[in-house]
Amino acid sequence: MQVPRFWREIPRYYRLEAAACVQCDAIHFPPRKICPSCGANAFETVRLSGRGALTTFTIIRTPPSGFTDQAPYAVGIVELDEGVRLMAQITDCDVDTLKTGDRMIAKFRRIREEGRTGVIMYGYKFVPDVGV
Amino acid sequence: MRDVAIIGIGMTRFGELWESSIRDLCVEAALACFNDAGIDRLDSITIGSMSSGLFTGQEHLASLVPDYLGRRNVPAVRVESACASGGQAVRTAFLEVASGMSDVVLAIGIEKMTDVSGGEATYALATAADQDYEAFHGVTFPGLYAMMARAHMERFGTTRDQLAQVAVKNHENGSHNPHAQFPFTVTRKQVINSVMIADPLTLLDCSPITDGAAAVLVAPAEMARELQRGPLTVITGIGHATDTISIAHRADLLHLDAIELASSRALGMAGKTIEDIDFAEVHDCFTIAEILVLESMGVVPAGQGGPATLDGLTALDGDFPVNPSGGLKSKGHPVGATGVAQICEAVTQLRGAAGDRQIPNARIALTQNMGGSGGSSVVHIVEAR
Amino acid sequence: MVGIVGYGTQIPRYRIRVEDIASVWGADAPSYKRGLNLNEKSVPGPDEDTATLSVNAARNALLRAGIDPQLIGAVYVGSESHPYAVKPTGTIVSEALGACPRVHTADLEFACKAGTEGLFIALHEVQSGVITHALAIGADTSQGAPGDALEYSAAAGAAAFIVGSEDLIAELLTTDVYMTDTADFWRREHTPYPEHGGRFTGVPAYFRHVTGAAKAIMDRAEMAPEDFDYCIFHQPNGKFPVQVARKLGFTEEQWAPGLLSPTLGNTYSGSSPMGLAATLDVANPGAHILLVSYGSGAGSDAFIFRTTERLSDVRDRAPHTRTQLDEYRVHIPYGTYAKFRRKILKAE
Repeated sequence: MQVPRFWREIPRYYRLEAAACVQCDAIHFPPRKICPSCGANAFETVRLSGRGALTTFTIIRTPPSGFTDQAPYAVGIVELDEGVRLMAQITDCDVDTLKTGDRMIAKFRRIREEGRTGVIMYGYKFVPDVGV
Repeated sequence: MRDVAIIGIGMTRFGELWESSIRDLCVEAALACFNDAGIDRLDSITIGSMSSGLFTGQEHLASLVPDYLGRRNVPAVRVESACASGGQAVRTAFLEVASGMSDVVLAIGIEKMTDVSGGEATYALATAADQDYEAFHGVTFPGLYAMMARAHMERFGTTRDQLAQVAVKNHENGSHNPHAQFPFTVTRKQVINSVMIADPLTLLDCSPITDGAAAVLVAPAEMARELQRGPLTVITGIGHATDTISIAHRADLLHLDAIELASSRALGMAGKTIEDIDFAEVHDCFTIAEILVLESMGVVPAGQGGPATLDGLTALDGDFPVNPSGGLKSKGHPVGATGVAQICEAVTQLRGAAGDRQIPNARIALTQNMGGSGGSSVVHIVEAR
Repeated sequence: MVGIVGYGTQIPRYRIRVEDIASVWGADAPSYKRGLNLNEKSVPGPDEDTATLSVNAARNALLRAGIDPQLIGAVYVGSESHPYAVKPTGTIVSEALGACPRVHTADLEFACKAGTEGLFIALHEVQSGVITHALAIGADTSQGAPGDALEYSAAAGAAAFIVGSEDLIAELLTTDVYMTDTADFWRREHTPYPEHGGRFTGVPAYFRHVTGAAKAIMDRAEMAPEDFDYCIFHQPNGKFPVQVARKLGFTEEQWAPGLLSPTLGNTYSGSSPMGLAATLDVANPGAHILLVSYGSGAGSDAFIFRTTERLSDVRDRAPHTRTQLDEYRVHIPYGTYAKFRRKILKAE
């Protein structure tokens, strides 16, 4: 991923900024310009809580290029308390005891880097919410 | 619209074809197709390829293919809808003929996947997912389907044995297919115990990385009747639908809306119901995918795809045979070629030319081709007349 | 009045035991454990670095401060392990918190005292009235060369402090400093691991500067060790801070709440700031706290804080440092540690 494409997404990757439809209150992450729920096109920017529950997950053991040295790693879908579902890595977890329904909290982590000398891309990952 | 018939089919062998380039494969499939049709006329070409650029560095297949087919100056276009690109090529060819724009159109599906490393191929395939919000996090296609598999197992009690049976059944079918990449049989135990790729999916739950091309020649049914080479095979229905690119945004992770809509539209156009279908070629890129497709098309109720497979519903001699060719699982999955190869199998079966894997008295076939994790799907109904 | 309005820490989940490092190099584990009072150290996960630890610690600080991040006028990140040699950590932190764009930022480096350097600047900048709030972070994912004595202690962690002039949880009474040019530990440009002066890092370096700063600030404040409820001295191991505290006349109950290094290791720029955070987790209102950092090269910053009533209202809004240290830990073997720290690399 080239720098401009990553940089453009910083409000979403760093701060979980979503779009709340002013007409029907549906929250969309990533933000959209047309509400798929009601068709409206006016939104307010809101920051997601980053707290929710794991709905499903897998352990990636055969990674794509760029993630070779991270494997095995967990990727899952988390449903946040505000109802928004998003996909992310689950880190700081024991992949053998992870289970659906586990409470999750978003943390700021390195996602990947452009080789050893390139830019470092940061963003959200989830960790099991154990109160720390 | 004019009725559209398939007057020729052709395929390369599917597999790791080290000696063949992308142009070699296209030409080989097209020549086989012309030989099968027994005509030399060509008005237009449609080409389905998911990512010839990432897999081989070659874009602009719309020039390369007619050039090396010896058909310079013939109009050609490439269409792309991830792993449903082949189905899109056939659909596009159908529209050209049905509309009267062209008479004889060649639809080619192609993917040359082994010129890159495994990691690069995995990356290229993941470009069919949401790049910024799925692939960015390192998810792979096995990973996306694995998440659906886990959810299916937890919601419906689908078992590892049931998933594995999809692979066992498709390898059994594929063992009779001379074009198949992996024409050998496997046991459920072998599937379950093969190396883990993305939990709970193992290596033998996944379709392989494959080189290959497939081609069909379509023409107005009237013209086909004049040619009269074997039974007439007519495309009587086409359905096409899309869904969210991100699986996290699906209303129900385990119901593939695009598949339900594409199949019901195709059946509606053909004036058929799912009960009328004699057999189906479906997009079993992973074992769980075949189960999801069966349920989403309404072949079985939600949650019943696993038990039905284990009970033999979809076996070659079952009530609803699925993937007599061996499917993507055993035949191989050169992604852009798959949708066209499904039509080739449908025609082979309708002609009664499928040898040991022949379904007796097959008259009406359904082919279901899927893009990404269900973000797009094309369904064709092909009938023998 | 100026002081701290919010604080937070982040400690990685992983730990490695001194025995597991010693067994690889054939070293004598008991001598490290007894001699340096070190049992284990934190290890950052492969997806953690100074920027991520800083952001996660600062988010905890924001939870306690309860302020709009747009009020933060300056962000200082002190570290000797900034992820980039050129490109600030502070921009990453500021963006992640939502403090951009009208925020001044600087990455600081002064071995283990870069964190308190930031705190020093932040306190005095807010005191000057130029800005209402500033964020100071001490964070490191420090590395010791394989087999070197530093490998047993070089750890990872971050502490963040939001400084303001209203709604204080700890009021600053005064600061002082003691600094000379003393090369007891260094890392040259383009080299991966630091070098150090062995026993030279003791008396002429750590003890001289820490003692000098502590005495200077107590003289300035006209206070004696018995006037303090708590003291925190830089913790490169579990032995030095206890030795210097004893020598100055402090008692175990003053230093114990802030002494994390026996099971955390040396988090470098995060070290004494994390001790301050752990102390704030337990301090009563009106408590006097002495904080003295140390950075090789060499110098010490000293601070005296007095806690307020508000501290007990906000401390439970974010995880306590001791909870992170004691309850969030998984021990890993040396091989995993070497992989996480990129001492060994998988082929692409």
